[in-house]
Amino acid sequence: MNTDIEALLATLTSQTKAYLAHLPAEEEPLIVGIHTGGIWIAEHLHQALQLSSSIGILDISFYRDDFSRLGLNPQVKPSQLPLDITDHHIILVDDILHTGRTVRAAMNELFDYGRPASVSLAVLIDRGGRELPIAAQMVGDVVELPSKQHVKLTGPTPLALEIITTD
Amino acid sequence: MMQHFLTTESLSKDQLTTILDAAESFYNIDGGHVKKVPLLRGKTIVNLFFEASTRTRTTFELAAKRLSADVLNININASATVKGESLLDTLRNIEAMNVDMFVIRHQDSGAAEFISKHVAPGISVINAGDGRHAHPTQAMLDVFTIRRIKDNFENLKVAIVGDLLHSRVARSQIHALRTLGTQDIRVIAPNTLLPACVETLGVQAFQNMEEGLDNVDIIIMLRLQKERMQGALLPSEHEYFNLFGLTPERLALAAKDATVMHPGPINRGVEISSEVADGIQSVILQQVSNGIAVRMAIMSILAGSE
Repeated sequence: MNTDIEALLATLTSQTKAYLAHLPAEEEPLIVGIHTGGIWIAEHLHQALQLSSSIGILDISFYRDDFSRLGLNPQVKPSQLPLDITDHHIILVDDILHTGRTVRAAMNELFDYGRPASVSLAVLIDRGGRELPIAAQMVGDVVELPSKQHVKLTGPTPLALEIITTD
Repeated sequence: MMQHFLTTESLSKDQLTTILDAAESFYNIDGGHVKKVPLLRGKTIVNLFFEASTRTRTTFELAAKRLSADVLNININASATVKGESLLDTLRNIEAMNVDMFVIRHQDSGAAEFISKHVAPGISVINAGDGRHAHPTQAMLDVFTIRRIKDNFENLKVAIVGDLLHSRVARSQIHALRTLGTQDIRVIAPNTLLPACVETLGVQAFQNMEEGLDNVDIIIMLRLQKERMQGALLPSEHEYFNLFGLTPERLALAAKDATVMHPGPINRGVEISSEVADGIQSVILQQVSNGIAVRMAIMSILAGSE
């Protein structure tokens, strides 16, 4: 797996730029990061793309589907979207794409705020193992990992990737 | 972590802080309004009220609805027990409807705990006030309100004023504040409205407003619970106000930035003057709003620890 953060971010940024080229110039997208790692990547993209509106933040804890098994995360941060998302193009950003359940929860929360014109997904690493029909349009790198291995992004400065093996 | 929420007495500082942090997370950064979330979708919560209540029942109902739970409100005074059904039979019948949580308000101390011992496994019980014993969600929303205003609990001077004898709120507040580290807690009341041996709770008792309010940061006024008073505990409401009512003059004895709280409903002109109740130092209505977030937090923590 490529763990060179700078190279991964560069790939993700250029793919996002290519995606933006398809949007009408006056329709600037809103970048929304998923707490915690997704926000770090979203901030990087925001800076690289020099967008005017600030990034949105989603903490999807209240939308998780494993709540009754895992309980409430005691440190839920409030979600914060800088504008009314209705009719805006949203780029949802997360660090690792695995089962797709986090993205499902994030989309449910987004739609509680309004009806975006479109939602696309940017992730640093797509590690496979999807349990839902969800795909990323912009990807830093794709790796196929066995289910016992997990990629974890640590940060925010410096950003680093590590692979954890669980039993 | 917790199956039932019955009193603040048995809870650790960590548990109290977890509840306060969770309540904070239901607040939106902007505007402070609480957004509806799908956390308890598919769960059924029953408000089982054996005693009249407006604020507590409606904020519990609203909290459950903001968590997307289904809510049943059952007012027992006007219901089956009148027809002779026993408490446990009522309980079994509601359980048979596959409910997940009971919110209990009862005029007898210990009622919520009794019910918690007899419910089916997996059902949570929240005490929404039992007799003179405890009203832990009110105490939690009060300490939550304090935490949103003051920096820490350790250096606070808190005065609780009024009908301590009948107050389940005061008891729960004292336990929560002590556990969170508040050292200086004072209770101010006429002798007839002070419980015996109140000092064993770790508070200082005063029978004089002027002495007790000196330089305090938080003043919690309690309602004179006329409906629970039997016998001549007070000469008259007018005299009570003269001696123990919170007036602007008495408020001036407290710290300059002192906060005035009251669990409601307030008796204007009995324990508090309108100038103080509606004044800028009063957070009485904020307490009501905070009650929703705090009750959402407690319900989600219980529902998530099955």
